[in-house]
Amino acid sequence: VKYRLIGVAMLGIALALSSDAFLTVSNLLNVLRQASLIFLSASGLTLVIVGAGLDLSIGANVGLSACLAAAAIKSTGMLSMGFGAGLACGMAIGILNGLMVTQLRLPPFIATYGMLWMLYGVNYWYMKGDTIYGFPPEFRALGSGNWLSVPIPVYLMVAALLAGVIFTRYTTFGHEVYAIGANAEAARLSGIPVGSRLILSYTVSGAMAGLAGVVYLARLNSAEAGIGDALLLPAIAAVLIGGTSLFGGSGGLLGTLIGAIILTLVLNGMNLLTINTNWQPLVTGMIVLLAASVDSFTRRRTESRA
Amino acid sequence: MTNLLIRIPGIAWLLTGLGLTFAIFASGFASIPNLLNIGVQSSILLLLALPMTFIIMTEGLDLSMGAVLGLTGVVLAMGLVRGNGLWTSFAVALGVGLAFGIVNGLLVVKLSLPPFVATLGTLGVAQGLALVITDGESIVGIGPGLPKLYSSTWIGLPFSVAVAIVLYGVFHFLLYYTRFGSYVFAIGGNREALVLAGLPAGLYHVAVYALGGLMAGFTALLLTGRMNAGHPAAAIGMEFDAIAAVIAGGTERQRGNGWLPGTLLGVLTVGVLKNGLNVLALPSSLQVASIGVLLIAALLIDSLRKRRT
Repeated sequence: VKYRLIGVAMLGIALALSSDAFLTVSNLLNVLRQASLIFLSASGLTLVIVGAGLDLSIGANVGLSACLAAAAIKSTGMLSMGFGAGLACGMAIGILNGLMVTQLRLPPFIATYGMLWMLYGVNYWYMKGDTIYGFPPEFRALGSGNWLSVPIPVYLMVAALLAGVIFTRYTTFGHEVYAIGANAEAARLSGIPVGSRLILSYTVSGAMAGLAGVVYLARLNSAEAGIGDALLLPAIAAVLIGGTSLFGGSGGLLGTLIGAIILTLVLNGMNLLTINTNWQPLVTGMIVLLAASVDSFTRRRTESRA
Repeated sequence: MTNLLIRIPGIAWLLTGLGLTFAIFASGFASIPNLLNIGVQSSILLLLALPMTFIIMTEGLDLSMGAVLGLTGVVLAMGLVRGNGLWTSFAVALGVGLAFGIVNGLLVVKLSLPPFVATLGTLGVAQGLALVITDGESIVGIGPGLPKLYSSTWIGLPFSVAVAIVLYGVFHFLLYYTRFGSYVFAIGGNREALVLAGLPAGLYHVAVYALGGLMAGFTALLLTGRMNAGHPAAAIGMEFDAIAAVIAGGTERQRGNGWLPGTLLGVLTVGVLKNGLNVLALPSSLQVASIGVLLIAALLIDSLRKRRT
C-alpha cells in the first residue's frame, strides 16, 4: 500500500506540473467522483478475486441494473422502487453466478463470461434501442449532487470501503474468504463452508454492481442498453493496480480504492491534456497487462524464495 | 473410442434437433439460399473457432480475438483506401494479427498470466488501437478488388465457404497428422512430460496463441470483404461465439481433450441457432443471449457427465 500511495502522489505531482487545470478543488473532487463509480463496481469484485474467483459480468450487470432501475422509477414514480430494482437485479445476478461456480462447478471466468453475454442480450432486447432519461432531482443528487461540497458518491464510496474493510478484516467471513482464496482444499478440510462463502462473495459483487448501476444512472440522468459495457476493464484494472492478486488469498479493498484513484488520475490527466477519449480503452488495457504482470512476477519471486 | 461415441451424439443431436425444429416452425429456413447464407455466416466464425480450439485445448482462452479481428479489419480497409494493393494490405493485416497473437502467447507463457486476464488486456489494447486509428469512424471506399474476390465463387461455392473448408482441412491435418498437433494435445494434457522430453513446450505454447492472432488477421479478409468497409466495432463479441462453439463442440478445457470435428458442428449449431431465431424474427439481442445459454448448457452437461463418471 505504501508504494501505491507514493504512486498516487507522483502521478498527482506530474499532472499538476503538466496541466494548470488539474490542481483545482473542483477537478480533484471530480476525480474522486469518477473514482467512486469505479470503486463501487470494483469493491465486490475484489472480494471475489480474493476468493480466487472472477466476475466478468459486472459491466453488463451495471448496465442491466441501471436500465431496470430507470424503468422502475419511470413506471412507479417512486425512487425507492428504482433503488430496490437495481439492487435486487444486481444481487440476483450475483447469486446466479455463485450457484454456477459452486453448485455446477463451472470455471468462474467462463460462467461469468457466459453471464456477461446473456445479460447483454437481455438488456438490449429489453431496451429495444431506447433511452430512458430525465429523472427527478432528488434521485440525480445521488450521482451528481454534493453534501458539504463533497460529491455524494464519495460518501457512498467511503461507506462501502469502511463496511468492506470491517467485513474482511474483523469478521470470520472475511478471514474465511482469504483462506479459501489461498487454498480452497485446505479451507474445506478445516471446516469452512466453502460453497456458501463463495456464493456470498459473488452475491456481494453482484449487489455492488447493482448499486454502482443506480449511482451511474443518477449521474448520467439517462439509461441505454450499452451503459455498462465499458466498465469491466476499469474495474479489473483498479483491483489489479490495488495489489489484489489474481491467484487469490491476498489484497484488499484499501488497495482497490487506491487503484481506482490511480486509474482515474491517469484518465483524468489524459482528459486535461486533451487526449482523445478513444485512447482510454487502449491505456486501460495496457494498465491491466502491466498490473497483472507485476502480480505474476512478485508471486513467482516469493515462490522461488520459499 | 468410447469417448468418441459418448461425445458425438451431444452436439450432433443438438444440431439436428435445432435444424429440424427451425425447418418445421420457421418458414424459409430450409431453403437453399438460406442454408448457403448460414454457411457464409458460419465461415467467419469457423475461422476463429479453429485456432480457439487449439487455445482452449492448452487450458487457455483468447478473449482478444474479436477485437483483434476488428483492428485487422480496419487495417486492411485503410490499406485498400490508400491504394496499397490487396495482397500488401492483407499481409499487413496478417502481420498485425500475428503480433497480437505472439504478445498474447508471451504474456500467458513467459509471464504466466492467467489467459483470460492477459487476453482481456490485449482486447482493450486492440479495441483502443482500432478506435484511435479510425477516430471511431467506418473506413469506406475500399475499391473493387476485395469485394470482387469476396463475391467470387469456387466450384459453385461462395468464396468464404470455400476458404472455410480449405482451412478446416489445414487445421485438421495440423492437429491430427503433425508433430505440432501432438504437442498441442500434450501441452494441455501433460505439459510436464513435454518439458521432461526436452521439447521447447513454451515455444509451441506461444505458437498456439500466435496462430490465433494470425487467423484473426486472416479472417479480416472475409469480414471486410463482406461489409465492403472496415469498422472498428464490427467484430466485438465474436470471440464469445467462437468460445461457445468450441465448448459446445465437446472440447474440454482440462486434460487437453480437443475435438476439431466437434468445433465444426459447434460452429454450425451457433450459425443455425442465430439464423433460425433471425428467420423467426426474434431481435438480434436475444440471439446473443441464446449463445450464452448454449455455452452454459454445454458446460453444465459436461460437468454433470464428469460427476457421473
